[in-house]
Amino acid sequence: MIKNPRIQYRKTKSTGFQFLIYLLAFIITLPLIAIIVYIFREGVSNINWNFLTNVPKPVGEIGGGIANALLGSVLIVLTASVIAIPIGIMCGIYLSENTTGRLSYWSRLAVDILQGIPSIVIGIVIYFWLVKPIGTFSAVSGSVALSIMMLPIIIRSTEETLKLIPFSLKEAGLALGLPYHRVILKVIVPCGVSGILSGVMLSVARIAGETAPLLFTAFGNPYLSANLGKPMQSLPLLIFNYATSPYEDWHNLAWGASLILLIWVLLLNILTKLTTKKWNVQL
Amino acid sequence: MDKTKTMSAPGNISFRVPSYQEIMEKLRIKKASRPYKQIKWEVFFKRSLVAIAILMVLLVIGIFFTLVVQSVPSIKALGIKYLWGKTWNPVTNEYGAYPFLLGTLLTSFLALIISIPFSFAVGIYLGEYNTKGWLSNLLKNAVELIAAVPSVIYGFWALVVLVPLVRAIEIKLGVVPYGIGIFTASVVLAIMIIPYAASIGREMIKIVPQSLKEGAYSLGATRYEVIKSVILPYTKSGLFAGILLSLGRALGETMAVTMVIGNTSIIPTSIFAPGNTMASVIANEFTEADRSVYLSALIELGLVLFLVTVVINMIGKRIIKRFTR
Repeated sequence: MIKNPRIQYRKTKSTGFQFLIYLLAFIITLPLIAIIVYIFREGVSNINWNFLTNVPKPVGEIGGGIANALLGSVLIVLTASVIAIPIGIMCGIYLSENTTGRLSYWSRLAVDILQGIPSIVIGIVIYFWLVKPIGTFSAVSGSVALSIMMLPIIIRSTEETLKLIPFSLKEAGLALGLPYHRVILKVIVPCGVSGILSGVMLSVARIAGETAPLLFTAFGNPYLSANLGKPMQSLPLLIFNYATSPYEDWHNLAWGASLILLIWVLLLNILTKLTTKKWNVQL
Repeated sequence: MDKTKTMSAPGNISFRVPSYQEIMEKLRIKKASRPYKQIKWEVFFKRSLVAIAILMVLLVIGIFFTLVVQSVPSIKALGIKYLWGKTWNPVTNEYGAYPFLLGTLLTSFLALIISIPFSFAVGIYLGEYNTKGWLSNLLKNAVELIAAVPSVIYGFWALVVLVPLVRAIEIKLGVVPYGIGIFTASVVLAIMIIPYAASIGREMIKIVPQSLKEGAYSLGATRYEVIKSVILPYTKSGLFAGILLSLGRALGETMAVTMVIGNTSIIPTSIFAPGNTMASVIANEFTEADRSVYLSALIELGLVLFLVTVVINMIGKRIIKRFTR
């Protein structure tokens, strides 16, 4: 052991720094744990069969549930997926097939920009594209707004996954005389399906909790509705409206809804993690 | 009539049965036409790929043009001084965006300052101290889950848990105990943006060449000195890009901020005062805007937000691309 005070000082400093880093790094898990625990504690007592199958009651009446928001969320997210998944995968295929070239440069830039657009701005734009011309708030316009937010994630994951697939596979397919579209759709895409799937799941998890683009598009609806052309309630909208209201009953509804939304989103994320681990995709 | 060549159905409809050669000929033609059909599909497939790539570009251009066209009435009526007009009062038809610009900058930078020590710590921990093993995996997944929690849930939690906490602090400090306000919004934002800078920091610190670190160690440097004088200088621009990307995120975040910032259009006097950001004022007032100038002024805010976040994101991504290549 060297008893040099200077070296001793430097070593202590190094250990101290390490301790500080460890401390700061693990402190940030505290808010996450706090949020999850708090929402579970507040939400669990509210969730029962009536909660899942009833629509909200007016203030002052006991009971009521979030059936309209649950149905609305599922429908809006499903419609958004139907729009975004084919377009996203196709664009991902194009970008992975054409790494150079003017169109792929601009297209890649466009995807980059799309990823950075604040969600509220997308809400405004869809309001002018769909809500104003049609003349009514509608669930489908909310779905379009959400699908624009899904696109960059799906495109990125598809592109990155397909780039990893060995070129020899494609060559083998072409050498057998398969036309281009069959090589892509029957050889390349099935090889990368788990990577694409994880991108899709991640994008669904991302948009399931989005509120801002729905404010001016799906708008919300206190009644049970399955009509895509009419305003529709969704879980994040319900949480926002009821959380900012002054009524205790509505707060309780919002806690239950938060718990369901949180479980939905976290489950999707964990599922994604498991598939990405298997496939080793970088997102 | 030849029995093998024609058949008659009831109602005097008769038709000819084709001969064996004819059938074979038809089949052969069909066989020969299959490649043509495939080529047709191939061309269609390639064209639709190109069309969708073009669609992406058009989508972005469309978003930009919609924002510009819709904010023309406000640009015409209010001019450039809209951006530093100090009062926002739709009742008297006065529109000035300065309170919201200030609110956005204050919350975003405050959030950035709060989050930087933590996100750097996570980056250094995961990239240098503990790159493998269950503990680092746990932290990595926890950080990713922080990014996954919907912002409206952060807002709700902050409204119920954080606001009373901040109010208690404010009482101790002797300022007006609003609870809600710019400081509360910044704390929530800081939690939400940590994952972005942290994951980029981790990636950057991981690609520092081992030989550089070993060189420093062989000269007798301690771990702290290696981090301070080798890793941080080497990853400087990458870490900066991470900060930029989380700033872009903070600027555009709407819901959590809207729920706790207080929503007043008065210029904030301190960091504990309630205020409004560009995104939150759009979220609050867009559906209430009844005059075209009012609506258009809100959209102009959206346009500013769009331009600022896009520029910040593009710079950040460029730096990262250059750095990793």
